[in-house]
Amino acid sequence: MSEYVLMSGNEATAEGGIAGGCRYFFGYPITPQNKIPEYMSRNLPEVGGVYLQAESEVAAINMVYGAASTGARVMTTSSSPGISLMQEGLSYIVGAEVPCVVVNMVRGGPGLGNIGPAQSDYWLATRGAGHGDGRCLVYAPYSVQELHDWTARAFEIAERYRNPVMILADAILAQMIEPCKLQPRGQPPPLDKPWAIGGDSSERPRNIINSLYVNHDEEEAVNRRIQARYDQAARDDLYYSEYGDEDPEILVVAYGICARVCETAVERASEGGVKCRLLRPISLFPFPSEPLAQWAQLAHKALVVELSMGQFVEDVRLAVEGRCPVELLNRTGGNVVTPEDVTQKLFDMAAES
Amino acid sequence: MSKSTHIDTDNMEAIYHKPEAFTETPMRYCPGCTHGLAHRLVAEVIDELDIQHRTICIASVGCSVYAYEYFATDATQAAHGRAPAVATGIKRVRPDNIVFTYQGDGDLAAIGLAEVVHAAARAENFTVLFLNNAVFGMTQGQMAPTTLLGQKTTTTPQGRSIERGGYPLNVCEILATIPGVAYLARETMTSPKRVMHAKRSIRRAFEAQIQGLGFSLVELVSSCPTWWGLKPLEALKHIEEKMLPQYPLKVFVDKVSQASEAVAEGGD
Amino acid sequence: MPIVIIDAEKCKGCGLCVAFCPKDNLELSKDLNEAGHYPATVKSQENCTGCKMCVLMCPDVCIEIYKEVEEVAASE
Repeated sequence: MSEYVLMSGNEATAEGGIAGGCRYFFGYPITPQNKIPEYMSRNLPEVGGVYLQAESEVAAINMVYGAASTGARVMTTSSSPGISLMQEGLSYIVGAEVPCVVVNMVRGGPGLGNIGPAQSDYWLATRGAGHGDGRCLVYAPYSVQELHDWTARAFEIAERYRNPVMILADAILAQMIEPCKLQPRGQPPPLDKPWAIGGDSSERPRNIINSLYVNHDEEEAVNRRIQARYDQAARDDLYYSEYGDEDPEILVVAYGICARVCETAVERASEGGVKCRLLRPISLFPFPSEPLAQWAQLAHKALVVELSMGQFVEDVRLAVEGRCPVELLNRTGGNVVTPEDVTQKLFDMAAES
Repeated sequence: MSKSTHIDTDNMEAIYHKPEAFTETPMRYCPGCTHGLAHRLVAEVIDELDIQHRTICIASVGCSVYAYEYFATDATQAAHGRAPAVATGIKRVRPDNIVFTYQGDGDLAAIGLAEVVHAAARAENFTVLFLNNAVFGMTQGQMAPTTLLGQKTTTTPQGRSIERGGYPLNVCEILATIPGVAYLARETMTSPKRVMHAKRSIRRAFEAQIQGLGFSLVELVSSCPTWWGLKPLEALKHIEEKMLPQYPLKVFVDKVSQASEAVAEGGD
Repeated sequence: MPIVIIDAEKCKGCGLCVAFCPKDNLELSKDLNEAGHYPATVKSQENCTGCKMCVLMCPDVCIEIYKEVEEVAASE
């Protein structure tokens, strides 16, 4: 029997959580991520875990905060509107320096929007975990396999930096079905974090999980300590992949589902004599600024492809810093850029120079 | 002796000494505020049940936000209104730990009402201390859901009216309809007798949790001398005369088995 | 004979103990403590019966009551 299983992105994500040692999940129904809580409700009890449906995403993220304060590996998943509701909770989790994993299957917005695929939560995901200087570390898979692997890996990263890790995907990745090689269900680590609350506190100093610092110097020191972790993540846990020609005239930049589209377009463009290089950030924060800057030095132009009105493009422009012009090809509201759109755009850009 | 002259108490037997479950941090409440009384009762119950080293205190947002500095237990500080959700998360990972949330009426009855109602509906096995002083204290005296009709606050300067402020909210009466509740009582601390009765309820609420019977909550009708504009003693009178008619004292639900009844009586 | 010890620095002078002492054996001091409150003080230790009413009503756990051990031995 092949070691691969045909699985939806949602279910591969859920199984990735279990493989990563997650035994506690607190969620709330919202399309297009519903199959994740459903999967968890079936499978977590089998591994001695707890699945609980909260009364709202606000409650869910605060249950995550409580559970993760004990040192357990805890996860929640939602989609755009639910992630908006989780912002305050994420800010507390960052401020209290507690690790956890949050998955956002982005849908069309703003407001109720629709349940189509989108990347219009890029700023929400990368710019901040709610109020304050805190941020989520953000990783953007672009396949069912990567959803599985990165969700499994996210807990270790979250614990390394004592910070929430967000897996950012969308309605297509969530619902598309692809073969997936499943990781074994690792044993969850013991609840022995030195900072954790819970268990018997008679033989140790009591622990306090808190984000209240009335002393401004103390609060500033906390923020610097957290920022130092982000800097370390930029050194140790920054990931991207590349595709296409070694000496490109056009640098293509895209993440998630758009990067799949762009791989096809880059192939077609190369066949048509237009040399392109696709750089695909997997970690969106920390952001791969250096490699982008290097490629922008070589290429004459850059093209960013995303499913929003232009959020990701701003980080690319920051990284490129004027080394070459950066154009945007985008759809939004649930519409998706097609390989034909991108290929045509690449030919047009090549023709202009 | 007004100055605390040092008296050697080593060869003395304590009739009363400060509970072990308290830290050394002095409490920051206004003079005469009954938060301090409630804290002491919880600390005494933790001592008597010998659970200090497996208890987790969850502070909310309000005057009692520093509760995690006063109780000598593991502790966490929850977002405004979310303590019951945080407690749920902790209890689901650590069912053997004793978890209590300590919340004011703004935290529990305003922003956090959904959290406490659903925690009760899920029969979550933790204890809530709900301090109802009919006003937002920390933020300087605004109307709370439990503000009395006609009561002046910094946001009901003409007195709370039904048109603008609606009716006071009776939380216990709401929660009493929920099967997941194992112990539910409303008490106050306006006299030694009331204080002892309140302690009995707090103890039974913790026992409900220890026995795994489900959700427990004790509402403590409390004073706010500062924002009621009353001296501490007058504020206690105000509770008796004005608050209790709206918030009658009662043990709504008590599933704590008779077996522990004997223990409870013997424990004092 | 019980010894009532009031932590005069922690006391906020709320007066609840004074109001509820059945022997009217407590009063607010004339001297301010560091925090600027008039702390409670015992009028005379002899009058105290050790009934703990003051302790029950003290919001700041400022009062502790002790009893001489010999006295305990004598009474057994």
